[in-house]
Amino acid sequence: MPDPRPDPDALLASLHRDEARARRGRLKIFFGMSPGVGKTYAMLRAAHQQLLDGVDLAVGIVETHGRRETEALLAGLPIIPRIRIEHRGIELTELDLEAVLVRQPTLVLVDEFAHTNAPGSRHPKRFQDVVELLDAGIDVFTTLNVQHVESRADAVRQITGAPVHETVPDPILDLANEIELVDLTPEALRERLAEGKVYLGERAATAAENFFKDTHLTALRELALRFVAERVDSRLRELRGTGPVKAVWRSGERLLVAVGPSPSSLQLVRWTRRMAAAQGAAWVAVSIESSRSLAPEAQRRLEQNLALARELGGEVVMTHDEDIAKALVRVALQRNATQIVLGKSRRPRWLAWVAGGNLNDRVIRLSGSIDVYLVPAERAAGKISPRLDWLPVERSPGREYGEVAAVLAALTLAGWMLMPHSGYLAIGLFYLVAVIVLSLRVGRWPVLAAGVGSALAWDYLFIPPTFTIAIYKLEDGLMFGAYIVVALVAGQLTARIRAQERNERLREERATALFHLTQALAAARSLDEGAFAALRQADSLFSAQCALLLNDGANALTPHFAGSFTLSDKERGVADWAWRNRRKAGRFTDTLPSAEGFFIPLVREDRSLGVLVIRVPAEAALTLAQRDLAESFALQLALLVEGEQFRAAGEREKLLAESEKLHRTLLDGVSHELKTPLAVLSAAAENMALADSPTRDRLAGEIQTATRRLHRLVNNLLDQTRLESGALRPKLDWCDAHDLVNAAVENVGEALVGHPFETDVPAEIPLFRADFALMEQVISNLILNAALHTPPGTPIFLAAGMDGAKARVFFTVADRGPGLPAAMRDRLFKKFQRGDAAKAGGLGLGLSIIRGFVAAQGGEVVAGENPGGGAVFTVYLPFTAHSVVPVE
Amino acid sequence: MNPVSPAKEILVVDDEVQIRRLLRLTLEAAGYAVREADGGRAGLDEIIRRAPDLVVLDLGLPDLGGLEVLRQLRGWSRVPVLILTVRAEETEKIAALDAGADDYLTKPFGAGELNARVRAMLRRAPTESDQAIATFGDVSVDFSARVVRRQGAEVKLTPREYGLLKILLLHRGKVVTHRQILRELWGPKSEENTHYLRVHMTHLRQKVEADPHRPRHLKTESGIGYRLVEE
Repeated sequence: MPDPRPDPDALLASLHRDEARARRGRLKIFFGMSPGVGKTYAMLRAAHQQLLDGVDLAVGIVETHGRRETEALLAGLPIIPRIRIEHRGIELTELDLEAVLVRQPTLVLVDEFAHTNAPGSRHPKRFQDVVELLDAGIDVFTTLNVQHVESRADAVRQITGAPVHETVPDPILDLANEIELVDLTPEALRERLAEGKVYLGERAATAAENFFKDTHLTALRELALRFVAERVDSRLRELRGTGPVKAVWRSGERLLVAVGPSPSSLQLVRWTRRMAAAQGAAWVAVSIESSRSLAPEAQRRLEQNLALARELGGEVVMTHDEDIAKALVRVALQRNATQIVLGKSRRPRWLAWVAGGNLNDRVIRLSGSIDVYLVPAERAAGKISPRLDWLPVERSPGREYGEVAAVLAALTLAGWMLMPHSGYLAIGLFYLVAVIVLSLRVGRWPVLAAGVGSALAWDYLFIPPTFTIAIYKLEDGLMFGAYIVVALVAGQLTARIRAQERNERLREERATALFHLTQALAAARSLDEGAFAALRQADSLFSAQCALLLNDGANALTPHFAGSFTLSDKERGVADWAWRNRRKAGRFTDTLPSAEGFFIPLVREDRSLGVLVIRVPAEAALTLAQRDLAESFALQLALLVEGEQFRAAGEREKLLAESEKLHRTLLDGVSHELKTPLAVLSAAAENMALADSPTRDRLAGEIQTATRRLHRLVNNLLDQTRLESGALRPKLDWCDAHDLVNAAVENVGEALVGHPFETDVPAEIPLFRADFALMEQVISNLILNAALHTPPGTPIFLAAGMDGAKARVFFTVADRGPGLPAAMRDRLFKKFQRGDAAKAGGLGLGLSIIRGFVAAQGGEVVAGENPGGGAVFTVYLPFTAHSVVPVE
Repeated sequence: MNPVSPAKEILVVDDEVQIRRLLRLTLEAAGYAVREADGGRAGLDEIIRRAPDLVVLDLGLPDLGGLEVLRQLRGWSRVPVLILTVRAEETEKIAALDAGADDYLTKPFGAGELNARVRAMLRRAPTESDQAIATFGDVSVDFSARVVRRQGAEVKLTPREYGLLKILLLHRGKVVTHRQILRELWGPKSEENTHYLRVHMTHLRQKVEADPHRPRHLKTESGIGYRLVEE
């Protein structure tokens, strides 16, 4: 390369890795070729060294297998007790992950990296526990044998002949900061075995015969050494990637592997991973779902195969198509794949033809410049019938065969009666029509059966000589042959058309569902509304119960009320896990697959906003397409939640600006409103001492007025604050309108002087429920307002009464002043709005407080024109009659 | 009340020195001896040592809240207590009255209001036995005969109305909370039935007040209770 600058992508990737590593705990693996080489022993020795260095460490789980030297080493270390899990009456002990996370040691020892946890544990595999510990920033020491490395498992099986059940995916091993090889020569190991230091008693003998054969050990040792050496190499390459590019990077290569439900796909995936690793290339695993639904067992296997691909670091692509070969090539072109990996088919040719052509041949034909590898699958991999991977499961095959039989029987009977009139050739046509009609109603195999069955029936019963299979005439034979071909082809064709139709329909359904969802979400005015619409749609679409949990802002999940079921504590736990780890969990996933629900985190740009939970009945399952759809739902919901958060943030900003403006107004208003009476007070007090007696009395009067004005101001500010802080909790109690009016008028006091004042409260007005003190404030504020905003001498009226029809009580204050300026109408009840004509006094809080207080009691206040001039304010409160009071 | 007899002693408990000074000025002008305490604990000490005739207690004390002072005090003393509060604390007022305060005054208050309260509280609590006949305005109540007269003419009261009037008379000049009345007349389970009280009060006012819609004697205390005012 002429340009020696580092590749920015490689630099970025390297940075990401460094960053991730800085936050994570460090993982050290004590690696060995086989059990008994002393990995646990080496780990414990290292732990003791750490302990001496003052590191806060704890033993999460260590298996001593009764080895005395190991046990002695374990003695001095702090141990976190194991958790006990009961499974089918057997008590198993496992690493107590939660306890370790709570204890938060700097370093924890976790033996046997590849161990499979007891059913019911949080993760199926112990290495998943370790990943969580690393994520939590805890350093981990662990042990591993080469046979448990996923990409080496096949090799080990070929060497020893023993199947390996527990494996650790290679990308997990990439997390290791350090791999320490614990090496021992095969002779030394066999010696240790003989001394009973590895296995105790009889097990030692069997083990020695099988696994610990010299030849095996040498091969395993080589495998282990090579594995560690390769890792050193890959670390070197990684480091070199950040320096100036010297060699051509080969990542132009990209492998694509077709994954099906067959167990042989597992090997195919492993093979691809090895190839990709060797070439330094990326790889993609593709699964293609057609309209034929898979048997539950096959579906499960397919998921396992895809999970393995994911674990091994492959990208998983799922797509839908009737034509698998076409789809494979399509994906390969989309992803720029340079190589396609296929399993060698063991299916007989004729079967392949019936099933729509040989897949491999077609891929090769369509693939153009893309290389195609055919990898032979080993038969030993699984005992599962090869038919499983393609046999379609129709909804009720028994019933369809019954239908075919019934139609053929009826036709045969009818044909028997028609025979003398129509001749046997016409009956053949009847049969053919029946077969074609049937193909529109039943599956591919029943149609095939109908074709063959009707052909036999026609031949046996109608073609002379009747009651024999034999055909004498050449033209009958040709007729019969043509019949068979037409029946079979017609059946297959219509079946294929129907499958395509169904596929189209499914796609259509998905598109419609998504369309409806986006439409509903777009129409939703609030998060609650949107969530409700989305969950109800999901309920019906997946025939499941759906729930939504959202981050409540305090770093915890809260269920949204729109959910159609309540989550159990366990489910809450799973949801929490999915949310914190931003990964799917529960059914159909690798984490807590025993859970009843499918948990999808709502993730937007690195933020986990909540979790969508879909609880499918235990006997039902979600297809890949449905799960894709569910994820689209989750994404839409995440967008909705995010939108809501943005809206809230904008709202907060607006509020902030508003409150800033408010503060300014408040400061201006308050300073003026406070300074005026204060100036009066101070001047009056100063003059008091010097003044003569009549002046003194007048000064005292001024002081009184100024005080009252200050008092009113402070009260208004306090009331407004109470309203805005939401601290206002009206105490509704039975109120007497007369009492209320009296109290309010008394409260207004001398401000009314100079205004003729009339009240009109009917004597028999019933009690109503209200907060007496608030209502007193409301009515006196209204009277005060009228007094302040009208010229002296104009009258003020106060009326109360019952609006029987609408079941409410009203209080009206009317004046004969200038009325309400039209321009003021809209902002009348907003705070800091003062009438232009207002006499001195007031911050413009009165009406805002009135509205707030009335609204808090469930009522409303209305402003209007007084016929004949002036303004009218009416307060309405809801009315309910009290129970009968006994006369006593 | 009577400045010639040894002056009644009033203890003012408030943390604001200005309020204490103002109260001292006003109360001493009315002929009482005034002592001050600037906090709840100091107030309690003073009450134990001096046994004042009346305590004016601010609810918002910094060290020991007025309500807490009241609770401790009521464990061992029946001294009349007048509570000082600020507006918008109806709940606290009621809580204080329920905790044994005898009356309340809302800041800011006038001298006349303060003196009226103090006078009413220092008057020895009347009982049925030592006051056979009580009067207010143009109404007289004969406790022994259970007869109520207005302008000399007998007024027929139902038992509840009579009971209501009697409670207010026994606490004349002082506030009586809704709860107090309901508990006494209808029993502790009826504290929620405030409409009983409203309805009976309306009836009572119709019978003993000149203008039942603008009562002069049977006054409503906003959100708290009733008070019988003599003039």
